[in-house]
Amino acid sequence: MEEVMSNHKSIIIELNKEEYAIPVEVVGAIERMQHITRVPQTASFVNGGVLNLRGVITPIIDLRSRFNMPRIDPTDSTRIIIINLEKYDVGFIVDAAYDVLDIPEESIEPAPEVIGTVDVDYIAGVAKVGKRLIMLLQLDRVLSQESITAKGIEG
Amino acid sequence: MENSEYLEMFIEESKEHIQSLNNQILVLENEPENMATIGGEIFRSAHTLKGMSATMGFKDLANLTHKMENVLDAVRNDQLKINSDIIDVIFQAVDQLEGMVLDIADGGNGFSDVGDLVKALQAIEDKEEPIKSNKQSATATSQNLNSTNSNAIHFGQLDQFELAVLDQSDENGFNNLEVKVKLNQNCLLKAARVYMVFEVLEQIGEVIKADPSVQELEEENFELEFHVLLVTKDTPEEVKQKILKVSEIEEVTASVFEQKIEQKDLDSQAENNNEQADNNQQTKQGENKSKTTKAVGGKTIRVNIDRLDGLMNLFEELVIDRGRLEQISGNLKNAELQETVERMSRISGGDLQNIILNMRMVPVEQVFNRFPRMVRQLSKDLNKKINLEIVGAETELDRTVIDEIGDPLVHLIRNALDHGVETPEIRKTNGKDEVGRLLLKAYHSGNHVFIEISDDGAGINREKVISKAISNRVISEEEATQLTDKKVNQLIMSSGFSTADKISDISGRGVGLDVVKNTIESLGGTITIESKEGKGSLFSIQLPLTLSIISVLLVEVEKEKYAVPLSSIIETAIINKSEILNAHNKKVIDFRGKVVPLIDLKQVFEVPSDQQNDEFYSIVIIRKGDKMAGLVVDSFIGQQEIVLKSLGDYLGNVFAISGATILGDGQVALIVDTNTLIN
Repeated sequence: MEEVMSNHKSIIIELNKEEYAIPVEVVGAIERMQHITRVPQTASFVNGGVLNLRGVITPIIDLRSRFNMPRIDPTDSTRIIIINLEKYDVGFIVDAAYDVLDIPEESIEPAPEVIGTVDVDYIAGVAKVGKRLIMLLQLDRVLSQESITAKGIEG
Repeated sequence: MENSEYLEMFIEESKEHIQSLNNQILVLENEPENMATIGGEIFRSAHTLKGMSATMGFKDLANLTHKMENVLDAVRNDQLKINSDIIDVIFQAVDQLEGMVLDIADGGNGFSDVGDLVKALQAIEDKEEPIKSNKQSATATSQNLNSTNSNAIHFGQLDQFELAVLDQSDENGFNNLEVKVKLNQNCLLKAARVYMVFEVLEQIGEVIKADPSVQELEEENFELEFHVLLVTKDTPEEVKQKILKVSEIEEVTASVFEQKIEQKDLDSQAENNNEQADNNQQTKQGENKSKTTKAVGGKTIRVNIDRLDGLMNLFEELVIDRGRLEQISGNLKNAELQETVERMSRISGGDLQNIILNMRMVPVEQVFNRFPRMVRQLSKDLNKKINLEIVGAETELDRTVIDEIGDPLVHLIRNALDHGVETPEIRKTNGKDEVGRLLLKAYHSGNHVFIEISDDGAGINREKVISKAISNRVISEEEATQLTDKKVNQLIMSSGFSTADKISDISGRGVGLDVVKNTIESLGGTITIESKEGKGSLFSIQLPLTLSIISVLLVEVEKEKYAVPLSSIIETAIINKSEILNAHNKKVIDFRGKVVPLIDLKQVFEVPSDQQNDEFYSIVIIRKGDKMAGLVVDSFIGQQEIVLKSLGDYLGNVFAISGATILGDGQVALIVDTNTLIN
């Protein structure tokens, strides 16, 4: 994880009025909200589906559902962030996507354990940039099927 | 290395030669009297293989082939009587060769311990009449005779077979040339130039050896110069001129190569030279013949499968866009546009699609041709006599299906041999021919290909199957009494089942047949069994011609669209609510005199919905084997050709969904897996 953290360029996204950072090199594209085909049985925990992204069927995860945040209807600012992973691409639905930001390494602190009652293994760290508090996402944990399934059963 | 054009060609051709070795040796075993013709074929394959592997620098491969070739040569020239033991050893050798080639194909270096087999082959060879055992030394001798002790600096020690080739060519009026090629200093792509030079060389003759080795040359592991040992009919000057046509070549020298080897035992063998020359003569004739045959068969090209897959992908995109265009033109209702779009649909939907799909078709022969060997080996292991007949090996199937169908077929054949065909003694007492018959048959019918495996063995013993099934708790005793013969036959494909009293390592513990069934069903096919006790069994596999483009019925459930493969649909119906009956808490309908259970897609796919009280139900009747079910949907949209796409690794397997497709409007529709719904 060190390597990812030492790379400071990140895309800043908004979820439930909070800001999160995704390393810019894994982001393949940022798309406007479009029709998503619901896939049965995956829906309950990620509100997921698939999308036709230029001829490739791409799985989509609603990050709000993933992080157990209240669901909202898509707005004009809703975006789909396409993440390129080694084996496949996957898209995240987020409330909004902003700028690319340089996050200085010294501003990054480990994830505070007090953040809530939920286990937040998908947060790699927290950075304070000016007055903004930005949470760095640990993508492999966000996508990990086990932790999603576990959550799904809990909820 | 893996990307090297040579290597790919080498691997492909080696595979072909190995296959042809397999086939011909089998024929040879059955008709030893035709040694003259068949032996020639075998010998040529072995010989070519040897030459190729030596050129590519695969020493072990070349070494083994060389020994094999010696034995074959002796057989061919009637110095050795062919028998089953020799054939066994040769087969082992061929197997090892295949293993090595596969290793090379996987990026390995083809190293393998060939010592034992080489010894075994040598032993066979040594059994020849005394005069023959000198043959090899004769080869060495003749080389030694003209050795002048100076120049082989560039080629190090030549192998025995390399020397043999040189020797042969010498005596047949070919020139052995040592070619030195120096590249221009500014040459950027040295490997490319080397490749071009080799291409020129291969047109005019045969490259015996290169220094640095071909491998090193390809890796650009050399300065500017390299040396090649070439066997050709051209004169040194001609060769030189031809190579100079390749650009960025600074200098070429070609001179007659003279072998120089430490003089070893010079004595005694000269007398054999005559005989050696005779052999050479025959070899050469053989080679010439094979060259003529090659020239005649040559109206095909070899295309990398990746390119075909690429073409297929692009075509799939086109099909999607075509769907979209059709939709748009339908909405716009512009006569000219509609006409054009219709025309385009006809071309891309009919001719183009056929051509592209046909390009991916491969004869089942590719799978079938390994079975004769396998059956031979198995019948030996099992002490049974079996005559394998193959019909329709030219039947074509999509490559993706071909790749998958091999293992299930192997399993079924093993099963037929192990459990089906009886031992010769039993067959005799039962008044059958001692030799069991196994028929492998492939044919087209409609949009499907059928592959049948039938034997005239013991067939399926109903009582045995039922008692086994009960003891293995596959069925209960009450169920057993009501089973039809067909059901009983299907039982042997349920998991945890084995009818052989003794578990053998041939067809295993009975975990296999259900795997066979699953594989075939995952390919969109079906398997049925017919059997008459004492008369034999027939396993019939039905497979779709292609997997990637299928016809579906699009249906709507609330706001969601789903695609149901047309191949599994019997018909569609709209029924009144009052026709739905309840049986054991399950909704069923009476469909043409049959009770058919209803499956509500809304429930299966957890479609969010508010009201559910329609007066009429739209129903798609689907089938799997002889089972039927009715899918309840909201409405039918229509029939369409779609491109099957996978849901991807992340979502993995979703229950009752076999994949997805992109519709004309760019949206994704999920494809219903009807096979899992009926169970």
